[in-house]
Amino acid sequence: MANIQLRNVTKTYGAVNVIKGIDLEIRRGEFMVFVGPSGCGKSTLLRLISGLESISTGDLYFDGERVNNVLPSKRGIAMVFQSYALYPHMTVYDNMAFGMKLGGSNKADMDARVRRAAQMLQIDHLLDRLPKQLSGGQRQRVAIGRAIVRDPRVFLFDEPLSNLDAALRVQTRLEIAKLHHDMRDVTMIYVTHDQVEAMTLADRICVLRDGLVEQVGTPTELYDHPNSVFVAGFIGSPKMNFLDGDFARAHGCATLGIRSEHIDLVPQGAGIWQGQVIHAEDLGSDNYLFVEIGSKEPLIVRQPGKVAVPEGATVSLQPRPGMLHRFDETGRPVQAPLAAE
Amino acid sequence: MTTTITAATERAMARETGLQQQRVRAAFWFLAPMLLMLFFVAAWPLFRSIMFSFTDADANNIFSGGAEWVGFENYLTWRVRENGDIRWRGVLADPDWWNAVWNTVRFAIISVGLETVLGLLVALMLNAEFKGRGLVRAAILIPWAIPTIVSARMWGWMLNDQYGIINSMLLSVGLIDSPIAWTARPDTAMIAVLIVDIWKTTPFMALLMLAGLQMIPRDMYESAKIDGIHPVKVFFRVTLPLLKPALMVAVIFRLLDALRIFDLIWVLTPRSEGTVTMSVISFQNIREFGDYAEGSAQSSLLFLIILIFVGLYIWLGRVDLTGERS
Amino acid sequence: MTASSIFWNVMFYIGVALVVLIAVFPFYYAVLSSFETGTDLFRVNYLPQSWDFSNYETVLGRASFLRSVLNSVFVATVTVLAALLLAVTASYALARVRFRGRGLLLLTILAVSMFPQIAVLSGLYELINWLGLYNTPWALIISYTIFTLPFTVWVLTTFMRDLPVEIEEAAIVDGASPWVIITKVFLPLLWPAMVTTGLLAFIGAWNEFLFALTFTIDETQRTVPVAIANFSGASVQEIPWGPIMAASVVVTVPLIILVLVFQRKIVAGLTAGGVKG
Repeated sequence: MANIQLRNVTKTYGAVNVIKGIDLEIRRGEFMVFVGPSGCGKSTLLRLISGLESISTGDLYFDGERVNNVLPSKRGIAMVFQSYALYPHMTVYDNMAFGMKLGGSNKADMDARVRRAAQMLQIDHLLDRLPKQLSGGQRQRVAIGRAIVRDPRVFLFDEPLSNLDAALRVQTRLEIAKLHHDMRDVTMIYVTHDQVEAMTLADRICVLRDGLVEQVGTPTELYDHPNSVFVAGFIGSPKMNFLDGDFARAHGCATLGIRSEHIDLVPQGAGIWQGQVIHAEDLGSDNYLFVEIGSKEPLIVRQPGKVAVPEGATVSLQPRPGMLHRFDETGRPVQAPLAAE
Repeated sequence: MTTTITAATERAMARETGLQQQRVRAAFWFLAPMLLMLFFVAAWPLFRSIMFSFTDADANNIFSGGAEWVGFENYLTWRVRENGDIRWRGVLADPDWWNAVWNTVRFAIISVGLETVLGLLVALMLNAEFKGRGLVRAAILIPWAIPTIVSARMWGWMLNDQYGIINSMLLSVGLIDSPIAWTARPDTAMIAVLIVDIWKTTPFMALLMLAGLQMIPRDMYESAKIDGIHPVKVFFRVTLPLLKPALMVAVIFRLLDALRIFDLIWVLTPRSEGTVTMSVISFQNIREFGDYAEGSAQSSLLFLIILIFVGLYIWLGRVDLTGERS
Repeated sequence: MTASSIFWNVMFYIGVALVVLIAVFPFYYAVLSSFETGTDLFRVNYLPQSWDFSNYETVLGRASFLRSVLNSVFVATVTVLAALLLAVTASYALARVRFRGRGLLLLTILAVSMFPQIAVLSGLYELINWLGLYNTPWALIISYTIFTLPFTVWVLTTFMRDLPVEIEEAAIVDGASPWVIITKVFLPLLWPAMVTTGLLAFIGAWNEFLFALTFTIDETQRTVPVAIANFSGASVQEIPWGPIMAASVVVTVPLIILVLVFQRKIVAGLTAGGVKG
């Protein structure tokens, strides 16, 4: 329900700059994911928006209203924590109702809202239990339910899936996506270090690095048009191949990037790169070939289906036209067209 | 960048109510009652005690406010006699005081030293896995649970010169040939006090060190074992260095406790030259002779000694007592 | 097993047995003596010879001793409750709120609990006289605050610090003020720690001697340690060892039971108060 604006927001702890000046607009009803390696400031940024940390300089607006010094509970936010952060001594019902009780809302209203949220998350049979009697996945649902009961205009998720096992993670991810679908008006901000979560959940992704925004865009934009080596390397799995030295110079750049699925096996001598397959990984649906072409790291080539290329074979490789990512010495994309082409 | 923020905007920011401000304000009100209480029962009496040490306060004038300022006279003063001799007076020139200082220091160093070594041994023992470990741990808690005064009385009975079981034991194994008046003789009174204090406090030391020992990861010992390192070497190279922080804190707590010892000595060896400590001599002056001035001077000196000692310890050892950094 | 490892095993268990014997024997001997009267008492023996309750009758028959026990219970209970009340909010502030000078404040509080009680004696004497509390239990309650309050603050602070941050943050987002966080969220989680801390402070107050000796004068106002220290018989020369041992056993048995019941928690509390980091 809210449009969030950050203007030149910074955060310092003593002499350490954690957030170094961020300008960002998060649209109403949008699912925004903050992603980046650990220590990039993504969690801090979320905590600045929640109000759990104070902003050092800069301004934060919710629907045009400056909320820098508004208490977290007055911002209309709800937060889902990594450790679930349920109150251990309260039942599921009391956990979900606690915020409304403190707000002094009437009993019937509170009861209705708790039950509706519980139904939505299929935890209505657990309302009398204590958190310690629940499984990890159930706890996470209660945490989400507690957030829903608050009827927030902004939903904040701080790495909510990292304490769950792999299977449960996929399932809960789906449910969060569904939640976003059901609550179209609510702005959601989600912090993760996992780029798969970012790609699957986000309307838009904000990649952070060292306290600065590296790139903001839809998952497709980031995947297809990364505006730095960092983003190119961070988004996508397996990691984008990077070539430098002569390989890059041939294409008029300092670093040449190519995704593994954009390299084709061609008949001997027809490709621009040749090399020996040093290792092959068969994932069932895909094959990853590790090809030694003389670059720093072997080139990863993704081939759909079953490809019978024995280890030790020499192959010729050709990148698909238009799929090369060229970066200069500073890691930024090279805009000038390649003279040779 | 912060230099561009003017004082006016800073004040404006302070007026606004963010979370941190709310919390700091709450913290102030949460701390205020406790700090006020501590001021009344600790800071103010300490200040008054130090003040008394610079006056001639005694039982007659202390509550009437008639005590007069005498400067450092209670600590040290001198008078030149007619024959030219200089006569020193005051606590610092009093051989009884220096005897008390010597007793206190002697007691503190010996008791804490032995308690540390014995405590470490017991802790190592309890850190080993064996049947009945829980029972042993419970058993060694007993001396700690017994009130000091009760311990003093119990041991006073056991160390009794005529009917005491200690003398009876020593006589029967032939270590002594006539009963010893342990608590009364000046040369054995300190030994008696040390025995009781070590008996009572070693369990405390052992438990603190056991907690420290249990924080050392087991795989460290296992890898040392696989490497075939001798257990004694492991102790000095691995256990002791890792235990050092816990050890340092335990030792300072015990030293501070030992330096202020009063109750055990007062009850076990009353009025013995050989055991009177700084706390005891100061108490005698204040409570028995009504000499508030001299007693306060002595207690203030004890306070000063402990203050300097703690300062040195923290400064030299870089001990993190607050646990803030962990 | 080799011969040498058997030898060391035997040595180890002998060591263990010795430690247990030394720890337990003095109290055992006190119990033994408390059941002996007349000439039995003055003959050294290692096993019970008689089973005579007259020492206990003597002790418990004295109105002044029962009064001392009541005084001790009253003083220690009130002291501990007051200290816990003041310490809960203070330790929240010290453990959970960032503010300038927090480390220094903690160190000061620790220093107060460690400094020699004798150093405040004359000043406290003046204060208690001025308040008109001399020779009343309130004099002791006030003076015991000097060590129970810093101790409880210190120990509760270390416990409070270990509570998860995210639970507090969830409460903040739910709109809980610091006061609500303490009373509704943290207190229910802190009960075990409160019991431990309270018990340790209670033992400290129960055992205190110096202030009790200074600030009470009448037999009816005395606490147990002073009563036991001043126990005297019909004649001045004869120390009534039998009744003294009986009184010692009476006041110690409840403490030992408490300590053994709460053994694990007490060790945790001592560790929190003593070593950290």
